[in-house]
Amino acid sequence: MSLNRPLSPHLSIHKRVLTAVFSIFHRFTGICLSLGAILLSVWIVLIALGPTYYSKFQMLSSLIFFKIFLFFWTLTIFYHLYNGIRYLFWSYGKMMDLGTVYKSAYVVIILSILSTILVWISI
Amino acid sequence: MVEFTLPINSKVQKGINHPVKDVSEKPKKIIIYRWNPEDQENPRLDSYEIDLTKCGPMVLDALMKIKNEIDSSLTFRRSCREGVCGSCAMNIDGVNTLACLKPIEEVNGEIRIYPLPHMPVVKDLVPDLSKAYEQLASIKPWLQRSKKDFNSLQNSSEEKKQTPKDREKLDGQWECVLCFCCTTSCPSYWWNSDEYLGPAVLMQAARWVNDSRDSERKNRLKAVNDKMKLYRCHSIMNCTRSCPKGLNPAKAIAELKKAIVTEL
Repeated sequence: MSLNRPLSPHLSIHKRVLTAVFSIFHRFTGICLSLGAILLSVWIVLIALGPTYYSKFQMLSSLIFFKIFLFFWTLTIFYHLYNGIRYLFWSYGKMMDLGTVYKSAYVVIILSILSTILVWISI
Repeated sequence: MVEFTLPINSKVQKGINHPVKDVSEKPKKIIIYRWNPEDQENPRLDSYEIDLTKCGPMVLDALMKIKNEIDSSLTFRRSCREGVCGSCAMNIDGVNTLACLKPIEEVNGEIRIYPLPHMPVVKDLVPDLSKAYEQLASIKPWLQRSKKDFNSLQNSSEEKKQTPKDREKLDGQWECVLCFCCTTSCPSYWWNSDEYLGPAVLMQAARWVNDSRDSERKNRLKAVNDKMKLYRCHSIMNCTRSCPKGLNPAKAIAELKKAIVTEL
């Protein structure tokens, strides 16, 4: 007998709680970093190919669009790094009570932004 | 499998508006997910208005007021009305909780009430939990004593003693009322509910693993050591966020994983 029972709504009605948002961003930044790693290797290949090819890269990298892209990629690295450290603590069952989970989430955000700014000031 | 949209028969439609008859002093709008298995229609959202000056403080009080005074066809589970039985678990204002423990005051504006997410609906706010109960049974949630342990006792009718320190290891786990608020708030469970056990069942697994009187600790750990059953948990922490009893299933699961690595 088919009851034809509907599936109750899930993603569309569940609140965007910070816990889930941080988790999905960890995955999203992980994917961005993998793609960025490919671009990084393209950059190295261009250096190896010599000045004619590298000058094309220099043209591209002088664009403001490229700088903005790179800025966000830096932010991505730091977010993934610091949130990854947070996950390492969780693997030991530490810092897992809800209050600490929220506090450490804010620490990750602040540290990521500060580190990104620091990197961009120093170059 | 990850599927972000609802099946065609589950898409939610606009429903009936039940306006208040008499002018109320402190009106509150409540929007409730409705589905009746007897008509062939899709689920819908009905809205009701109640007077808070003539209603108890909790969301469950509001639901009972609606059922008693406005629409007797509204269906939901409830029993103890004080957070002990775990029957009235539902999604209120976007977060899974027990209606009897959720004050109406905590929700600004209209209150939206849905059944527990990503579950087959029996009627209105009543989800079908049979799959989750099957999964609970699969971890053998009862005390297991091996023959060896049994014979070592001088008198077989003697009680199985436990030191206060060992008993403390179960704190934060035995209090679970199996409302499945945590399990149905877990995106991993939404996408893999056919194989992943989910936080509520895994915390019960941990509760029996940690019981000093149980002789099957190793076998219990072996039984959950499975890439689907246990390791679909990615520490999203939605379970801990939603538990109406303030328990921490994510931590219990992390310790289960740790015990598997260190002991097996």
